[in-house]
Amino acid sequence: MDNRLYMSSSPHIRSGVTTQRLMLDVMIALIPAAFAGIYFFGIRAFVLIAVTVISCVGFEYLARKALKRNNTVGDLSAAVTGLLLALNVPPELPLWMAVVGSFFAIVVVKQLFGGIGQNFVNPALAARAFLIISYGTRMTSWTPPLARAAEIDTATFATPLGALKEGGELPKLIDMFLGNIGGSLGETSALALIIGGIYLLARGVISWHIPVIYVGTVSLFAWIMGPTGMFTGDPLFHILAGGLMLGAIFMATDYTTSPMTTKGMVIYAVGCGILTMLFRLYTNMPEGVSYAILLMNVAVPMIDRYAKPARFGGKAHV
Amino acid sequence: MAEKKKAFTVLVDGLINENPTFRLLLGMCPSLAVTTMAKNGLGMGAAATFVLVGSNLVISLIRKIVPDKVRIPAYITVIAGFTTMVHLLMAALLPELNKQLGIFIPLIVVNCIIFARAEMFAQKNGPLLSVLDGIGMGAGFTLAITAIGSVREILGAGTWMGIPVTVDLFEPAIMFILPPGGFLAMGFLVALFNKLTKKKKEDNGECETGCGLGCPGCSKAANGGEA
Repeated sequence: MDNRLYMSSSPHIRSGVTTQRLMLDVMIALIPAAFAGIYFFGIRAFVLIAVTVISCVGFEYLARKALKRNNTVGDLSAAVTGLLLALNVPPELPLWMAVVGSFFAIVVVKQLFGGIGQNFVNPALAARAFLIISYGTRMTSWTPPLARAAEIDTATFATPLGALKEGGELPKLIDMFLGNIGGSLGETSALALIIGGIYLLARGVISWHIPVIYVGTVSLFAWIMGPTGMFTGDPLFHILAGGLMLGAIFMATDYTTSPMTTKGMVIYAVGCGILTMLFRLYTNMPEGVSYAILLMNVAVPMIDRYAKPARFGGKAHV
Repeated sequence: MAEKKKAFTVLVDGLINENPTFRLLLGMCPSLAVTTMAKNGLGMGAAATFVLVGSNLVISLIRKIVPDKVRIPAYITVIAGFTTMVHLLMAALLPELNKQLGIFIPLIVVNCIIFARAEMFAQKNGPLLSVLDGIGMGAGFTLAITAIGSVREILGAGTWMGIPVTVDLFEPAIMFILPPGGFLAMGFLVALFNKLTKKKKEDNGECETGCGLGCPGCSKAANGGEA
């Protein structure tokens, strides 16, 4: 008799999903936002995207080589980090600063901690934080979108949240939805980001929990803690302003730095939302999405421990 | 001859093999807090060296008459005496540097390098060796924090010892003179230090087969360092 029973170790069922395919999906989902950025801020935005993507991939290759590890450029994660970094900085950022940011993201935050899957915070966001601490003025000099450059004769331009903090004129909501406002390269157009988010949801790359609960918490907080008393706030303004859409859809959902279970995701997203609004309303910084996500990234191992599902037949963990 | 050799080893151990900052990772608080400028590192290192040499000498001299049970208060009193001296001296002679270093000069009294050397070395060795140990450790500490200070000052302010170096070349990354930059510079310098000194060990042929611990990154480990 032939031995018809084969023994092999798990996994027994394989799907076609690869890291490369997931990363490609994220890149496809970011294309509308990148195009919106190029449309509103001109060719300089395209140059900036090219520089960060090329330098991130280059640093990934060099760092893996220097650390004598296998080459992981092919998994596209470095390219995604580069793209996200470009979308997170002002369109007129000096190119060498973008290269420094790419170095920080890939070499310091990602490769020195072990490469893909080992970074303890989102590399692109950490690089943004590094740049904003190091080159504060450059990172907060916003240029007006091309379409409105003619009507505004100053070289710099306030973002909606900056205007809110400084008491300037707030832009129209429709401009904020389409992206015809000042801000980071890829954060201005909520429409483009939502299109990308729907693509990611349809492809099953992300689940709805983190983005929806994050945005929901922010709008609830904004509505309750309104400027003229309780329940008078304008949630739509806070949803469309700043980097919330970009952060909630693309940055907070990074696999490595977000919780594994649904329960964990809920805690994480609510935390991101509350921190974002605390930063926006009660600190001297206009925007808080990046710091909120970074802080919650650091809390993820703790959340995962708390939200660990009970083993079958076992007791709940906490 | 052997005596002489031992004295020399004690003196140079503090520089590399037992460098207090990069190898023993002692005295992290001043190493991170005052190293925003190379000059501060040098000043802090000099002050700590003075206290270290003085306290090592005195503790070594009194080591046989101090009862074991009260040695810690006794040592602290000695160290505090020298710290007060250096604090008053700096306030009188280098008021500006003293102001820059602020609370960290009085805090030398609880600096773990000084206390560690008192416990680990001065109370077991004679006065001469203890002084040499103090000089070596002090020099190692000074060297290390001046190096951290230099990196942070050049990258974060574009100057070195207050002299402009790279200001016109690129915009300095202010983060390096802020706290996060201190941790970054420290980590990178420790890594560099380990890299440089490890190589030396291999050249001496001391590490042919690996130590069997299988530390990550050790090519000599049996399992290729994949711990």
